[in-house]
Order: sequence, then structure tokens, then C-alpha cells
Amino acid sequence: MPVVDLAKSSLRELNAALQQLGPTTNETDWTVLNPSGEHAIAAGVDAPVTVTIAGPVGYFCGGMNKLATLVVEGSAGQGVGENMMSGLIHVKGDASQSAGATGRGGLLIVEGNASARCGISMKGIDIVVKGGIGHLSAFMGQSGRLVVFGEAGEALGDSLYEARLYVRGPVAGLGADCIEKEMRDEHRQELFDLIKAAGEAGKVDVGEFRRYGSARKLYNFNIDNVDAY
Amino acid sequence: MSERDWLPTTPRKSATFDDYALSEIRRAAATGIYDIRGGGSKRRLPNFDDLLLLGASMTRYPLEGYREKCGTEVTLGTRFAKNPLKLAIPITIAGMSFGSLSAQAKEALGRGASLAGTSTTTGDGGMTPEERGQSRHLVYQYLPSRYGMNPDDLRRADAIEIVIGQGAKPGGGGMLLGQKISDRVAQMRNLPKGIDQRSACRHPDWTGADDLEIKIHELREITNWEKPIYLKVGASRPYYDTALAVKSGADVVVLDGMQGGTAATQEVFIEHVGIPLLSAIRPAVQALQDLGMHRKVQLIVSGGIRNGADVAKALALGADAVAIGTAALTALGDNDPQWEAEYERLGTTAGAYDDWHEGKDPAGITTQTPELAARLDPVKAGRRLANYLKVMTLEAQTLARACGKNHLHNLEPEDLVALTIEAAAMARVPLAGTEWIPGQRF
Repeated sequence: MPVVDLAKSSLRELNAALQQLGPTTNETDWTVLNPSGEHAIAAGVDAPVTVTIAGPVGYFCGGMNKLATLVVEGSAGQGVGENMMSGLIHVKGDASQSAGATGRGGLLIVEGNASARCGISMKGIDIVVKGGIGHLSAFMGQSGRLVVFGEAGEALGDSLYEARLYVRGPVAGLGADCIEKEMRDEHRQELFDLIKAAGEAGKVDVGEFRRYGSARKLYNFNIDNVDAY
Repeated sequence: MSERDWLPTTPRKSATFDDYALSEIRRAAATGIYDIRGGGSKRRLPNFDDLLLLGASMTRYPLEGYREKCGTEVTLGTRFAKNPLKLAIPITIAGMSFGSLSAQAKEALGRGASLAGTSTTTGDGGMTPEERGQSRHLVYQYLPSRYGMNPDDLRRADAIEIVIGQGAKPGGGGMLLGQKISDRVAQMRNLPKGIDQRSACRHPDWTGADDLEIKIHELREITNWEKPIYLKVGASRPYYDTALAVKSGADVVVLDGMQGGTAATQEVFIEHVGIPLLSAIRPAVQALQDLGMHRKVQLIVSGGIRNGADVAKALALGADAVAIGTAALTALGDNDPQWEAEYERLGTTAGAYDDWHEGKDPAGITTQTPELAARLDPVKAGRRLANYLKVMTLEAQTLARACGKNHLHNLEPEDLVALTIEAAAMARVPLAGTEWIPGQRF
């Protein structure tokens, strides 16, 4: 069980060690001490390992993550899990803006609040935020699911493609081409599964959520929709 | 009084409301949509034709054309990257996406560039196996849309180009219209087939130079500090953009003038935003010199480069390399008169065809339609591109030798004069036959 203390080792040493791990490594449980808000901690990992980061992280923690489970025992700066491909990133505190931006896959869990542009341009990632999210979240979201236990800021889902959004709390406003949609059984089921994956099965009622998605009116340019652009 | 004994005034068309302006008004009124097209600015702009090189004379010795060496190699990314890109010639292929171009065209670009010892560049749509397989040196673009972005391709690349903007549309995003979204393009971009794919104008996870510095740090961490990191900007405020690129930690600055092409953008954007390449190079070089970074952070310039004279002049103004896009497509076969009958059916003519977004390219280059794309033989087209790149290099060498330079990078502003006052002011070289550089403070 390797322990890397960033007060003694450099970020480069840590990331190089993590990025060298292969699919069959025996070193599957890592701890990072004294992260002290450094940027790009555990970015680019591509192995089925667990990395527990004992404190707050800066920008782009877990960027482009594949397969790994990262646990941030603190808050995360901008772009946590940006473009992640797979695996799990679990932020125990709050997350700054652009959490999970352009994420392709995997699951990002934020125990606290996320900020503006949460899930911006998401492309397959699942995001569960147990607090609220800021404005312009899921902007141009292409696919994947965003689940929010709390409230959502202005312009939720602006210019949305096929990402599906589930929000329990009040929504300050919907962005262009984002509408509330009917919650059918298949949606209740996928929402239940996501809540379960986030460790809240039985504690959160899927019936309290509303579903938002694309009206698909901006999919092909039409001059009569110009006010929406 | 029925018979006039004087001739009527000659019908006179307005210089302001010329035939093109009138046709555009009628088109807008009929369709209710702005004109979208490919390519770069088509209007007459101050360009490299407005500069002349001063050959050797009594004060300079020329080099013998067939005996004395004139070096052409360039190394890009010497500032921070462990593995800088070493190219045989200072002419690279600019970023163009699979999606806007066919897979065959991308393959041909890779083949031609590799034969000539230079790099090609992906675009807004990710990296294709055809392109990676045929490109000895491949630059991977990192764009706001992040279509197709993944760490494996990032690591497979030889350099990374973060795109802030491009010369055809500084400040603008992109659009790939639904008719070009084939199954493969849709799959690579993770979007439904047949819908318009918009590309954002700002990156989703950073804003401003301070954030960008951290983003560059992240990309270096993910790629083990191996890859040169380029920063591409559309020419608008080149002095400050270059200075901020240096501050952000870039290895290479790519500066694209308004003649630089695009796959599809509004005509009004192409013709009215940004500045000509001729006017952008000296401010960018000045910024590098002011920071003590000229030749340490390399400068690639693009936008309307056509021949070896353009290359020589761009390098004389202080660039380390140039990039070509439109010219490379022309070498592959774009707008070739052999397809004239088909161009006419599309309402245009060879040399003017620019509806690249519609995917109907008779030359099979800017299309995703299999029957059209199959018209382009990637091997033959790649050979044409290689020939063209070699001719450009020979031309630039010829001019450099005439100026007494044993490497293209030894060309300097002192080798140049301008034919027009505008070009003299923009390129900061004297008007031919004078010592006058307009705008220079004494």
C-alpha cells in the first residue's frame, strides 16, 4: 500500500508512478498525503487502482482518468475529472466549476456542492452531486447523466444535446432548448441505479426528482429560432 | 420630340453596391440565413506579394545555388518538451478535421507531409487511424469541443496544439452541418447522426492565461512532459496574445492570419474579423524579443501561404516555420479544373468553390459521401502534396541563397523592402528605394 507524501515528493514523481501502473498491478491501493491544493494530482491514470487523496486538490484532479478510483478527502478545484474516460472520482467536499467537463465515461460523485458549468460538454460521464450546482451546468451536454440532489443555477442544460438531467431541488432557469420532460419508468430506474451507485439507495426518493432534456429544436439551424442562439 | 438627339448616360453600377453586394442582399432576403462557406478571406489584402527580397550585391555575397548548402530544418518545442519535433522543412500542414475532410484526404495529407519530412495536424474531430498511420509527425489539436479527445490519442501524438482561435474566425466557434455527419463522424464525436455539430468558442474548463498555464501543466503531466505544446491563435492582437502564450508556458505559438481557411464559417466573420498575416508577424516577433524568447519559443505562421517566396518572406520577418491549409488541399486536388462541369452544376466554378460545408465536393476532399471521397487516391494525392512541399522549399532556398543565407532561418527583415506604404507599415520594413518605415518612431 504505497503512500506518497507530496510534502516530500514532487507531483511529477507521484503522477509518473501512478501512470506506470498496468492493468495487473498488485499496487492497487495508494494514499497521497499533503495534496495542499496542487493541480493535476493523479491526472492521466490508466489502471484499476484506488488512490485516496488526504486533503483538498487544485485544478484538474483526475483529468482524463481511466479505470482508477480516486477519493478526494476534501474539496476539489476547477475541472475535477475533466474528460475522464472511466472509473470513479469521489469528492468528499465541494467541487469548483467545470466539474466533469467533457467527461466520456465513469462516475463522478460530489458529496457537497458543485459550481458553475458542472458537466459542461459532457460526453457520456455520469455525475451525481449531492448538493447544488451553479449556472450553465451541462452546457452542450452530449450524453451521460447528471443527477443533482439540491438546486440548479441559471441556464441549466443550455444548448443541450442528448445528456439527461435529473434535479431534485429548484431550478433557477433552463437554458436554450432545455425542457422538462416526462419521467418514465426507465428514467426512474436509471436514476435509482445512479443514486445507488452514489451510496444513497433507500435514502433518496426518485419520485422527488424532475427530468430535463433537449427539446431538439436547435439540432439543425433554422433562422426562425435565431432568438434562441 | 420623340427622337433624342443625345446619347443616354452610360448605365453606372454602384461601387458600393457592386454585383456581389447586391447578390448577397438578394440571397439573404430569399433564404433568411447568413452565408456560410469554407476557406479564408477572399478580398484583396496586403500580403507577401507586397514585399520584395533584396538579393546580394556589392555588400552581400550570394551562395552558389547548386553547391552551397542552405539549411531548411527546424526544431519545434525546445522550451520544455522532452521530445521536440524535428522537421526537415519549415512548412507544416495546418489543422484540418476528419469530418470536414474525408478520411482519404486526411490520409493523403499524412502521406505527403511524411514524404516531405514535415508534420500534419488533426482537427476538430479527433485522430483517425488513417492519419496517425500515415503521419510520421502528427500534431493533435486540443479544441474547445474536445470531440474525440482521449488520453491514448494524446499520448500517441507527437505534439499538442491547444486551439484558442483561428485566423478565419478569431473569437468564433465552429459548426459542422448535419449533411456531413456520417455514421463514423457521429460516432467519433458522440452525437446523433445528421444534426448540426456546434463547436464552442471557449474551452469548457479554463478561462484566461492563468488558467491556461494550469491546463498546459496538466497536459504535460498526462504526457510525461514529452510533447511540445503549441498554442494557436487567430491574428487579432498578436503582440499581447504572443506574450500571454509565453506566460502560459507554451513551447510554440501558431499565429493564423485572416487569409487562413476554415471548413465552415459565416462569410461576414471570415471577411471582417482579424487581421492579415502580413500585419501580424512583426508584433508577435516583437513580443518574443521583448521577453527574450525569440527562437526559444518557436513561431509558426499561417494564412495565405502559397509558394516559396511567401515562406522566405515569413521567415525573414522572424517566423520559425509556416503552416499551409488551403494550399495543401489545392495540391491534393481541391478546386481542380478537371471537375469544372460538376462545379458549374453546383453553381460555381473551379477555383471559386467554397461550399465545403455542404459535403458535395466534386474533388472528394471536403466530403463524407463515400462515392465522392473515393475519387481521391490518397497515395497519388499524397505524392502531389510532397512534390508541392519540396518545390516550395526549393524556392525558399533559392531566394535565401540569393540573399547570402546558408539557412532559411538566417533571413531577416533587413533582407526585405515593401512595394506599398501599407505593407511597409505592417511588415515594418522600408518602402522600396527609401529608408521610410511608416509608423516607426525616430
